[in-house]
Amino acid sequence: MPSSAPGEATSQAPARTIENKGSDTIVNLALAWAEKYQDLHQEVRISVTGGGSGTGIAALINGTVDIANASRQIKPEEIKAAEANGTEPVEFVVARDAIAVIVNPENPVNHLTLQQISDIYSGKIDNWLGVGGEDRPIVKLSRETNSGTHVYFLEEVLRLGDKDNKTLFSADTLLLPSSEGITAEIRDNINAIGYDGLGYVTPEVKVVAVSGVDGGNFVLPSATSVNNSTYPIARDLYMYTNGEPGGVIKEYMDWIHTPEAQEIVNELGFVPILSQ
Amino acid sequence: MNTSLSRTEFIITRLIKVSGYSAIIFVGMIFYFLISEGLPTLGEVKLTALLSTRWYPIEDYFGILPLLAGSLIVTLGAALIAVPVGIGTAVYISEIAPRWAREILKPLVEVLGGLPSVVLGFLGILILAPYLHRILNLPTGLTALAGSILLGGIAIPTIVSVAEDALDAVPRSYRDASLALGATEWQTIWGVTLPAARSGVLTAVMLGIGRAIGETMTVMMVTGNAPVMPSSLGALFAPARTMTATIAAEMGEVANGSVHYHVLFFIGIVLFLISLIVNVTASAVVFRQARRVERLLS
Repeated sequence: MPSSAPGEATSQAPARTIENKGSDTIVNLALAWAEKYQDLHQEVRISVTGGGSGTGIAALINGTVDIANASRQIKPEEIKAAEANGTEPVEFVVARDAIAVIVNPENPVNHLTLQQISDIYSGKIDNWLGVGGEDRPIVKLSRETNSGTHVYFLEEVLRLGDKDNKTLFSADTLLLPSSEGITAEIRDNINAIGYDGLGYVTPEVKVVAVSGVDGGNFVLPSATSVNNSTYPIARDLYMYTNGEPGGVIKEYMDWIHTPEAQEIVNELGFVPILSQ
Repeated sequence: MNTSLSRTEFIITRLIKVSGYSAIIFVGMIFYFLISEGLPTLGEVKLTALLSTRWYPIEDYFGILPLLAGSLIVTLGAALIAVPVGIGTAVYISEIAPRWAREILKPLVEVLGGLPSVVLGFLGILILAPYLHRILNLPTGLTALAGSILLGGIAIPTIVSVAEDALDAVPRSYRDASLALGATEWQTIWGVTLPAARSGVLTAVMLGIGRAIGETMTVMMVTGNAPVMPSSLGALFAPARTMTATIAAEMGEVANGSVHYHVLFFIGIVLFLISLIVNVTASAVVFRQARRVERLLS
């Protein structure tokens, strides 16, 4: 807790360095947390690097970092490798990430199922009539292939989370380099559909309610629906430590779950964890 | 005094020589780098896969044909706009405009040439694309056409200033002779001045097209970047993905030394070869015409 640390160590040089490495999706969030925490606790130094979830977990297994960041859960084979190496990864959910599907405000379509979104992006449905809208062509917008959001959308929406599914984005999907480009096109074009991290959605576009299964409830993304897992296009973001953390690392992990730290999650466009 | 002068002269001559050769050396080094990073592609990706029509590098689809076609279609559209407008503007500034208009127009064209392409891209996203979408009733305004129009705008200042210099260099006596023989002003421009400045005008066009095919930022912002294989000229009104935009969008995140990395450099080689072919063709044409003129005069 913030109150316990400063007293004894303020006059000394940094007492402890925390090594933090992993997912590029959360590297900015981890950096923002680290900067804020170092402001509050001058005696702690936190070094944050990216490289990907796999890289971070591998480093944790090899004992070269204290905390691994991951935008996916640790795999069984990674747990095995950790046991073989004498390390014991402990999981913390530190924030959540939701992807909103957006359309032009004048588009009468208000809700879609995951299957319909998949069919739209794979090119099987190319007219809004096919999903209960007006007789207009569908213009599909996506982030560039190097974006983590693109890959997540491909795996969880286009392929419906099925590893053996080899569905691809239809070749006429527009790949835009920025969130701004997607928002601008959707604002001006009633034919367009797009997706982006919930934090990047502006009031000029309409968010579509999504149902995970055909015939299920349609849910709008929000902090509540993401936290109780009713919104289907959302994922947890994780940090892993080696064994139950103690000392400085435990204080840092505890601080990350405080409202103060979760406010930073909000600012960076992710969904904060609501205190249960 | 004299020795110091000749020493200065010696140094300056050498410096000029070095900067002259450096251009060749740099091009050579760039070419070597491109080859060494791009050629491994041919060992890693089958030629049939490389010449296929699907580009989706994160799943190992490396068909570069839609990118090549995208670049060609956007550049062709830009040339169709920029060449007539550019040469027309150059003719107007050099031959027809009154002195005061010329003094306003020339600097204005140069300012247009100095506009950062990312600014043009913003105008494209916010104004041109929605406008095309509405006026032409297209599914989306982010099309090859939007790219062509903006690239045309980028190529025009280059074409105008080089072509205008070429027209300016045609001796006054040519025009006077033509007018004295009873030709109209238009006949003089079309039959005498333009042909006399032919090689300079052709250079202007080639430089303009070269500027267009290499332009990245603007096209990346307005063409929609969808790697669709065009099937007809209607592709001008559909989204397209150019080679330059592909390299720019994907190079930042690609793992150094991976297949995808090598393919991006291979696309660089293709771009390099295209601009080489354009330039060689242009100078061959200019050279042949020069020979013909010499024959006629001798």
